[in-house]
Amino acid sequence: MDIVVCIKQVPDPDYFSQIVLDPVTKAIRREGIPLIMNPVDRNAIEAALQLQERFSGKVTVLTMGPPQSREALEEGLAMGAEEAVLLCDRAFAGADAFATAYTLAAAIKEFCPFNLVLCGSETVDSGTKMVGPMLAEFLDIPYATNVRAMNFVTEGICLAETAIENGCMKVELGLPALITVNKAINEPRIPTVLGIMQVASKKLLMYGANGLGVPPEKLGLAGSPTRVASLFDFKQKRRLETLRGDPQHVASKAVAKLREWHAV
Amino acid sequence: MVRPDMSRHKEIWVYAEQTAGHLARVGLELLGKASELSDKLGAGLACVLVGYRGEKLASELLSYGVEKVYFVDDPKLEHYQNQAYAGVVADLVEEHRPEIFLFGATEMGEDLAPCIAAKVGTGLTAHCVDLRIEDCDGALILHQTVPGWGGGKRVDIICPRKRPQMATVKPGVFTVPRHKRNAGGKILRVTPQLHEKHFRARTVEVQKGQACERPVEEAEVVVAAGWGVNSLGSLDLVRELSDLLRGAVAGTRPLLDKGLITQDRMIGQSGKVVGPNLFISLGASGAMHFSTGFERAKFVLAVDQNPQAPIFQVADVGIIGDLREVLPCLIEEFRKLKKAM
Repeated sequence: MDIVVCIKQVPDPDYFSQIVLDPVTKAIRREGIPLIMNPVDRNAIEAALQLQERFSGKVTVLTMGPPQSREALEEGLAMGAEEAVLLCDRAFAGADAFATAYTLAAAIKEFCPFNLVLCGSETVDSGTKMVGPMLAEFLDIPYATNVRAMNFVTEGICLAETAIENGCMKVELGLPALITVNKAINEPRIPTVLGIMQVASKKLLMYGANGLGVPPEKLGLAGSPTRVASLFDFKQKRRLETLRGDPQHVASKAVAKLREWHAV
Repeated sequence: MVRPDMSRHKEIWVYAEQTAGHLARVGLELLGKASELSDKLGAGLACVLVGYRGEKLASELLSYGVEKVYFVDDPKLEHYQNQAYAGVVADLVEEHRPEIFLFGATEMGEDLAPCIAAKVGTGLTAHCVDLRIEDCDGALILHQTVPGWGGGKRVDIICPRKRPQMATVKPGVFTVPRHKRNAGGKILRVTPQLHEKHFRARTVEVQKGQACERPVEEAEVVVAAGWGVNSLGSLDLVRELSDLLRGAVAGTRPLLDKGLITQDRMIGQSGKVVGPNLFISLGASGAMHFSTGFERAKFVLAVDQNPQAPIFQVADVGIIGDLREVLPCLIEEFRKLKKAM
C-alpha cells in the first residue's frame, strides 16, 4: 500500500500572541516565531507507518511551503517515512485552501503513485479543515474526515469511524481514497536516534511550479478564489476589574459586581 | 466554473443540515443572518435540504420566512453521504447560481462544503464570526470575518470573482430568528441524478445518541475549567458551581487532551464558540485560541493565580487567587445569592 501523507509546517501556537501587525503595511510580522510540524500531522504519519508495517509499500511525506518547511519533512523521515517531497516556488505563495489543494493534487498525480492519501484533520494556524476534502475532490477519490479509527477489512477497503456531534459515523471507502485523521487515532512515535541518522540517506525531492504541468494562473494567489481584504487587531471589550486578597472577601465582591451588572 | 450572472434574480442559499428527521439548529441560525444579507443585496432567500421524506422539515424551513426550499429527496440520501450530497448540491449550484451559499460548521458541514466548493470552482471561508455586504467599487461583495492566529487578529476575506461566495459558520455565532406566519414560500422538489461513483465512500451507519446534556452553545451560564483545576484534584467543585447556576461545564484543550472533558465541551477557536450571559473561567491562563471561544459572552468572571495571566485582559471581573481557596467561597456566595432571590 503506497501512502502519501500531506503535512504542514506551522507557527507554534504557544507564540501566537507574539505575532503582530506591521503598523505601516498591516502585514503579519512573524519573525522569531518558532515553527513546528502541525501536531495532528504526526498522527497521520503514524497511521501511515502502521499501515505500511502491515501491508508493506511506501510512505511519502509531502508538503508545500517555503524552503524551511523541509524541517517538517525531515521529521517525517526521521519517524520512518521513506521519501519526502517539498513543493517550493514563489509561484505557490499566497495560496488559499483551494489553490493549496489544487497544487497538492497536481503534485500527487505527477510524482506520487498512491493507494491512500492521509492528512491531519486540521492545522493549528488556520484550522479550516478544508484542504483534505478539496484535495480528494481534485484527485477524484472518495474521502472521510475527522477519522478516529481505521479498520482495513482488506488492503483495498477501509471502514473508517468518523467523529460527529454526540456520536459517530461509519464510512466504507474503497481505495484509492483520502482520509483525514484526528488525534484520537493513535499515539505518534518519537523518532529514534537511528531514525534521525537515516534522514540524511533518504530522498528529499524538491519541485517547483515548472514540473507540475499546471498553468500558472491556477497556482498561489492567482489561483486562489479568496483574498484577504483587510487584517486588524482584535480585543474584547471588558470591564477589566481585578480583585485580590482574602478569598471570602473577593468572592463576595465579585458576586456583588455580577449582581450589580445584572449578570446573575 | 460558476461566474456571477446578473441577468437572473440573485439568491442567497443556506444549507439546512438534517439528521434523522431533525434540522440542525445552526441552519436556522444562519437563516437569520442570511435574511439580513438578502435585504442588503436585494436577493431572494432559499434553503437547500437533502435527505429522504423531509417534507415536514421543508415546511418548517418555510415558517422562518424562506422563499424557496430546494428539497432533494431520495431514499439513497437518507443518511449523510458526502460525495452524493456534494454531487447533488453542486448540480443545484451550477443550475441556479446563487450569489452566496452558507453552511453550518458542524462535522458534516465541514466535511461537505469544501467538496462542493472544489466541484463548482469557488472559494470557501471557514468559521466566520461576522458576515456583511459591502460596496467594493460598485459591486456588492460579501465580507467574511474570521479570527486569525488564535483569535488576536481579525481577517476580512472576500471572494471577488467566483460565485457563489461560500462560507461556514460555527453553531452559536448567530441567533435563531423568530417564526414568521404566512410566510408563503414554496418547496421545490428536486430528483437527484445519482451515480455509482457517488457512493465510493458509503456511510454504513450513523450513531447519534441524544445529547445527555444540553449543548454548551445553548447554556446561559458556562463554567469552563483550565489546567489550573488540577490543583483541585477533580472537577467536582466546578460541577457544583455549574449545577448551582444551571450552567454547562466546559474546558480548555489541555483538559480535553487529558480526557477530563469531551470534545463537544471544549471552548476555543478549534472547538465550541459560546455566547452565554455569564462565562466563568476557572484556572485557565487565557491563551487567545481559548478566549476567542467566549468573546460573545455578555459577562466574564475569571479566576487564576497568575496575576500576569492574559485571562484578566478578557474578563469583566477577575479574581487573582488560589482556586482551592477561592472556588468554595464563590460557590458559597452564589448559594447565598440564590437563596436571597
